[in-house]
Parts: sequence; C-alpha cells; structure tokens
Amino acid sequence: MSVEAREARQPWILLAPALSAVTLLLFVPLVFIVVYSFWLRSATGADLPGFHLDNWREALTDRFYRDILISTLRIAAITTLVCALMGYPAAYFIARSRGNKMILLLLLMLPFWISYIIRTMSWINILGVSGALNTLLLGIGVISEPLNMLYNEATVILGLVHFLLPFMVLNVFVSLDGIDTNLEDAANSLGATRWQAFLQVTLPLSLPGLAAGGLLCFVLGAGTYITPLVLGGPRDAMFANLVFEAIITQLNWPLGSALSLMLLVVLGVLVMIYNRYLGMAQLMKGLG
Amino acid sequence: MSSVVLDNIVKRFGSFTAVHPTSLEIPEGTFLTLLGPSGCGKTTNLRMIAGLLDPTEGEILIGGRRVNDVPIHKRNLGIVFQNYALFPHKSVADNVAFGLKYRDVPKSEIAGRVQAALDLVQLPDVGGRYPRELSGGQQQRIALARAIVIEPDVLLLDEPLSALDANLREDMRVELKRIQDKIGVTTVFVTHDQSEALAMSDRIVVMSAGRVEQVGTPEEVYNRPASEFVANFLGASNILESRCTDTGRDAVQLDVPVFGAVPVPVDKAPEVRPGPAKLVLRAEKLLLLAEDAEAPGMVTAPAVVETVDYQGQTVRYFIRAGDRQLQAINMIDGHPFAKGTQVTAAFRPRDCAGLPGA
Repeated sequence: MSVEAREARQPWILLAPALSAVTLLLFVPLVFIVVYSFWLRSATGADLPGFHLDNWREALTDRFYRDILISTLRIAAITTLVCALMGYPAAYFIARSRGNKMILLLLLMLPFWISYIIRTMSWINILGVSGALNTLLLGIGVISEPLNMLYNEATVILGLVHFLLPFMVLNVFVSLDGIDTNLEDAANSLGATRWQAFLQVTLPLSLPGLAAGGLLCFVLGAGTYITPLVLGGPRDAMFANLVFEAIITQLNWPLGSALSLMLLVVLGVLVMIYNRYLGMAQLMKGLG
Repeated sequence: MSSVVLDNIVKRFGSFTAVHPTSLEIPEGTFLTLLGPSGCGKTTNLRMIAGLLDPTEGEILIGGRRVNDVPIHKRNLGIVFQNYALFPHKSVADNVAFGLKYRDVPKSEIAGRVQAALDLVQLPDVGGRYPRELSGGQQQRIALARAIVIEPDVLLLDEPLSALDANLREDMRVELKRIQDKIGVTTVFVTHDQSEALAMSDRIVVMSAGRVEQVGTPEEVYNRPASEFVANFLGASNILESRCTDTGRDAVQLDVPVFGAVPVPVDKAPEVRPGPAKLVLRAEKLLLLAEDAEAPGMVTAPAVVETVDYQGQTVRYFIRAGDRQLQAINMIDGHPFAKGTQVTAAFRPRDCAGLPGA
C-alpha cells in the first residue's frame, strides 16, 4: 500500500469509533422515529405501518400543541437570559481570580455529581408548604399561613436555572480565560475606566463564549421534561412532557414521534438562525 | 512630556520583597532603560510607574505631581506590552484611535491623528486591516503608534522587542530609537537584553534582585561597572582576584596572579583601596597572540587554548593561564588558534576596571 493511501485512510480509522456510535445510537434511531411518525396507531395496540399524514396534521394544527411549544420556547429564553446575567459575573470572577481557579471550577462541577432529579426535587424541601423557607418565615412571624411557592412557571424557571447555570459559567469562563489580561491594562492606560475597558474590550471578546453558553442553555432548557414534571403545576407542561405523555402514558408512538420531530426541527431552525445572525464565525475571525 | 521620580519606593508581595527601596530620577525627554535578569524587579518598577501596581512604600511623581493615588486611566501614559496587546476585534485604525476617544479630541481630528501616527511608524496603509493580518513586527509598530498617538507624558515599554526574531529585533531597535528621538518623549524601557540597553538608552539602570546595582550612561556601565554583577551581566568579563599594592594619582596598582602588575586608571577603579581587589577584564579586551609575539605596552601571560567557539566574524576562546580559565573574544585574523595551541594572552591596563575585593 502506498504512503498516500495509508495517510488517506488514517483519519477514517481514527474517526471510526465515533462515527459508528453516532450512526448506531443517533442516526438509525432518528430514521426509525421519522418512519414511525407516518404510521397510525390502532385501537388494538399494534401500530399500522404505512404512509399516513394524520399525526403530522394533528401536531401541526392543534392549538394546544402550538401554545405549549410557544410557552416552552419562552421559558427556555427566560432561563437563558437569567443564566447569562447570573453566570457572566461568576465566570468573570473565576477567570480573574489568582491561583484558586481549579478549586472554583471544581466547586462549579460539584453539583453534577448529584443526580439532576435529586437536585430538582431538593427545591420541594426548600419551597414546599412545610419546606425550609416557609418554616423560617413562619418561625420569625413574617407570615401566618404558609405560602404556595411551588408548582408554577417561576419554579420551573428556577429549577432550569439551577440545572443550566454551570453550563453557562463554564462556556463564558473558557472564553474569558483566553483573553489576555494585558488588553484590559492597555485599554486602561489609554484612558478607559475599568467599566469602559470591560464594555469595549472584554465583553465583545467574550461574546463567543456567551453565545455558546446561551445556545446550550436554550436547547437543553427547551428539551427538558423532568423540571416541569417535578416543579411545574398541571398548566406548566413543556413540549417534551407532551412527547413523554404520548409515548409513555398513551403508548401512542406515532404521534409521539411526530411531536418530537417537530421540536427537533423547530430547535434546529432556531440554532441555524442564531448562528447566522449572532455571527459566531465573524466573532471567531476577530479572535484570530 | 514629563520627568519621572521614584522616591524610595518599595514593593512587597506578601513576605516577598520584589523591589527594595529604590530612588530614581528620570529627567524630561530621557530614554532610560531598566536592565536586569528576570525577577530583578524591573517590570515591577515599570508597572508601578504605570499604575498597574501600587507601591507598598514611597512616592512616584510624574511631572512633579504625586501619582500614587491617580488611577491608571488618568495618568496619561503610553504603554507598549511585550505581546503587543492589540485589540483583536478592532481594526488597526480603531486600535490607534482608542485612546483618542477618551480625550477631548474632536471627531474630525481623530482620523488625521491616527494617520499621522501610522505614518510615523511607517505603516501608512494598514488602517483598515485587523491585527491578526499583520506580522509580529508590524503589530509591534501599531502598538507603538497606539501608545504615542495620545501624546503621553511618559512612554513605558515592557520588553517590546523580545517577542520578535533576531533580525527584526535589530531593525525595530533602530526604528524605536528614531521615533523616540523624533517625538522626544520621556521613555522607560524594560529589557533583559544588554545589547538593546546599550544601543538605545541615554541612561541605564542595572538591577538585580530588587536592587539598583548601577545607574549611568551606556559607556559608564559598560566600561566602569560598579559591581561584579554589572561586569558580568553586560558582556562577558573575566574577574580576577588581585591585590592592590598602591593607589597613585593616575593609576591604581593591582597585582594580578600570572599576569603581574597592572596599573588600572584611577577613574576606572575609584573604590579600590590597598588590600584585596578584583580586576575586571572584558573578554573582547583579552587578546590572544602567537606564543613568541611582542606586545609592547600590554600585560601578558602564557596560556593554552582549551576551547574554540567559532562564530564567523569573531571567535570565543576559553584559555588557561596558570590555574585560571579565562574567556577571550577576538576578531579573526586569518585562522583562529586551534585547540591546544600555546599562546600569549595580552591586554592593555587602561582597558581594565578595578573593584574592591571581598
């Protein structure tokens, strides 16, 4: 075998494990879901193979699905915004601290060692009717009746922020950590105050990290079903809950497939628009 | 343009003292170099003048005004960093214009001043490009343009040439000096490279371990080193233990083993008193001659060539004279001496300097 042929083969050998995993675990199941979405559910339980548009018609025309899709996107957007506002200062603090960066990052990763479900459920013990916060407020006499703080949209957002904040902090941290601190010093020496230097230099240079963190938070937030299940009320279902409901509860695989594909397409389109207009490529160019 | 005065400044980081009490006066328009090995406190001094670090003790005056409590953005300084520190997301013109936006410069004037600065650094056509599209040397020129366009009171240069490769560094050295001469701004230059310091400075401050070893013109620190450290740091020197036998009006008599009596001019050995002393002999002042050569007016000793380090134009020898190994850097006339050759090592007493002994 010639050297060229060997060199041409090498990348494929290295890629083979990842490519087979993606094909078997992602691409093949996705094809199954697409095929399934055109089948019909029969009353007897066995699904009818074929090419039927019924599921898609229901998913696309029923107002119920549309409203929940919109509220899902809204909740994800608010969560992302809150994560950005809370995460940026934290990431800045970690990136600019001397010496103990590793410990701070480790602390940031610490919650991942506890199951996401457990972390979500912990809010019930804090915000519940007999939870820590109510007990405290009753104890010091601020309120006489326990407050109903759980099972609404706000607690869903709270739970999502709790879950997604580390992703935002890590992404922003990575981009801030890569910015030469001399740049801020240079801006200061040229007459910019610390705040002006931040706005003119550090913030624009950290936008790629902020954008990446934002995208991750938004997509993960829009696809979640555990948080609204545990912390939301009956009216706070998000779109993934509908998929869960259709497939697990009603055993309606064809409809569930159509709904999940709908969410996939909507998020895919949003990601593409995001990429196009936030111009991440443009920002990367500036970073050289 | 302003003078800079450091009045007994000290910088401590925890229990570590980076700069021991240091006083310096930098007259208006001077090109002053802080020279020393890494960790000697030269950059710490520069950063204190810049306002990037606060002195633990002492006062810093710029143009007669105490600036200890003046934040960096109000000090009106131009700083050029070792890694250029250009803003990667801004065009070259925006980089240069950055400082003007924070001064009361009318918008209509900004473009003209930016262009004038780019002309001064001889890169008139790159305003529309981004820093990453320029070579290292060009980026360094832009960093300089950005620092001087604001007409700073003091220009601070933090090892601005050390990231460049050797040839470019020498070009930039000449260029930097030309620009500094032209605008006449008081300049503090930090470097560990003795040839940069000697070539560019009006005055050199040699530092070691947080202390000033010597302040003087390049010729003074080179020819009349005030300490063994300075003698060794600026060029290669042979330090020979000797004994002062007599201090005359014109010369100090040093008795050097193997070589014998050496009358060192008194202005090059001002501190030497009768007793133990050291003779500083620059490697390029130690001449190797054929074994039987005459050397009128020179002090000589027989020696053997031990190592030959050929460098094209010059050659560096390590020779043994008696029990001492000495270094000699000579121009090559014909062929260099081969290893093992018996030679005569010779030098003129007036090329030497004397330091007090231990």
